[in-house]
Amino acid sequence: MNVWIAIGITVVGCYAVKLAGLLVPAGALERPLVRRLAALLPVALLAALTAQQTFSTGSALVVDARAAGLAAAGLALLLRAPFLVVVAAAVVVTAGVRALGG
Amino acid sequence: MRETPAPGVRPRAAVVRDALGVGVAVGLSGFAFGVTAAGVGISTLQACVLSLLVFTGASQFALVGALAAGGNPFTAAAGAFFLGTRNAFYGLRLSQLLKLPRPLRPLAAHWVIDETTAVALAQPDRRSARLGFTVTGLTLYVLWNLTTLLGALGAEAIGDTRAWGLDAAGPAVFLALLAPMLKTSTERAVAALALVLGLGFLPVLPAGVPVLIAALAAPVVLWMKGRRP
Repeated sequence: MNVWIAIGITVVGCYAVKLAGLLVPAGALERPLVRRLAALLPVALLAALTAQQTFSTGSALVVDARAAGLAAAGLALLLRAPFLVVVAAAVVVTAGVRALGG
Repeated sequence: MRETPAPGVRPRAAVVRDALGVGVAVGLSGFAFGVTAAGVGISTLQACVLSLLVFTGASQFALVGALAAGGNPFTAAAGAFFLGTRNAFYGLRLSQLLKLPRPLRPLAAHWVIDETTAVALAQPDRRSARLGFTVTGLTLYVLWNLTTLLGALGAEAIGDTRAWGLDAAGPAVFLALLAPMLKTSTERAVAALALVLGLGFLPVLPAGVPVLIAALAAPVVLWMKGRRP
């Protein structure tokens, strides 16, 4: 049930912000501070989420095979690899390290 | 994301090719979402509803990750929502660029995401932008939902998704979305502070809350920059 509540709120919230952008008069969101904040908010969230999903299990901090996988993804990004290759690199390296007992 | 050639009138085929390239590549990663969702105990129906009705990848991964970590539904949804707020700013730019008829806007809104915006903004004229937006949106929507279903169903057949390294797909998607945003020292400072806050509070606060605290890195860094002459 909890999952459905979360899904319901997310569906409504995410659609509302998408629609707001298309409907709101341009001036309302054009204030420089609001724009700066809107550009930086995803940076903060994505950085925190990347770190958490790589270095934690539940509420414990851990370093395991996912760290190697993410390093591979980082390398692929530096080499300007396409999106799918970046994700595939993380998956393959993580699986590889686990297969080797990491 | 592909670079677009110099401005001018673009042939329709070139616009469609760009749009399909982005739509197919990103659309296929719905598979990773389906598998991730199934791997943390989200049902196939729930995964498909998310892809059909939320349709903004980072928010979907964030929600599923927060629920898996045991977050309560409200903090989990709050994280997904804050990640989705960037779409409002995409919509703002797109509404001026595409000048869509009013009745079409509620429909088009559902497709306002990173990829459709990037393709549309890369076009030199309104017609190409509309075409790029529509083709990217359609391809990505169809493939994202199809591969979510396949991923969710396939996760059972695959067995232990961890053994296949599929739990690394989510963070890799986040990293791929984050990397192009780290252009200036401000963005890097925000990312670094968010990383420290997100990991630092993880062991001591309920699941989902540390991410929301990490979001404060954005106003904090802006405020500190504002104070410096």
